[in-house]
Amino acid sequence: MVQEDQVLDARGLNCPLPILRTKKALGELTSGQVLKIVATDPGAVKDFEAFSKQTKNPLLEHAEASGEFIFFIQKA
Amino acid sequence: MDEKKLAIVATKGTLDWGYPPFILASTAAALGYSVEIFFTFYGLQLLKKDLSHLRVSPLGNPAMPMPVPMPTLMMVLPGMEGMATSMMKSKMKAKGVASLDELRELCVEAEVRMIACQMTVDLFEFDTADFIDGIELGGAAAFFEFAGESDITLFI
Repeated sequence: MVQEDQVLDARGLNCPLPILRTKKALGELTSGQVLKIVATDPGAVKDFEAFSKQTKNPLLEHAEASGEFIFFIQKA
Repeated sequence: MDEKKLAIVATKGTLDWGYPPFILASTAAALGYSVEIFFTFYGLQLLKKDLSHLRVSPLGNPAMPMPVPMPTLMMVLPGMEGMATSMMKSKMKAKGVASLDELRELCVEAEVRMIACQMTVDLFEFDTADFIDGIELGGAAAFFEFAGESDITLFI
């Protein structure tokens, strides 16, 4: 299990807010640190994969539990 | 590798059509793009400090989902546009969609360059003092200076 350094609660937010908040939160981390994001937007799954690929911040893990999508993104 | 670039022409000034330019610009900026939006014609409304005047109209907009089917003739009645606008705003809030102000603010924070079309500012007699700070004025050639080097160009 990945250990996060910071958590971003993006529940209830819709596109593109989860991505924009994630970008901002990653800006406050240092390289190698991990951000955990909790979202409820079903579109977030594809969006976070795309965000990770394009910004080169690795998506370490993602999971779904009871309507919530959890992502662990490491700051490159 | 050079930074990717996105150029957008924003031409519409309704509450619904104000969203795509700001959603795409803010997201592209978050992905590392350098972004410029050229606001022309009705798109200039999106630059006003106060965006509360933006409306959505069911008139001439047959694809807009309505709670009850409504004949076109009824849509011209006074108050219909206001009703549709407040319905859309409350729906957006309930679904966690950002307000236009918020998305625009995120664009400003992300240093999205915003250009107001000089010709249409003059044509419609817009007062640039009503626009948010940091707006540049320019013409078609100014747009192409950036668009010509862009990876993506969108007309909205």
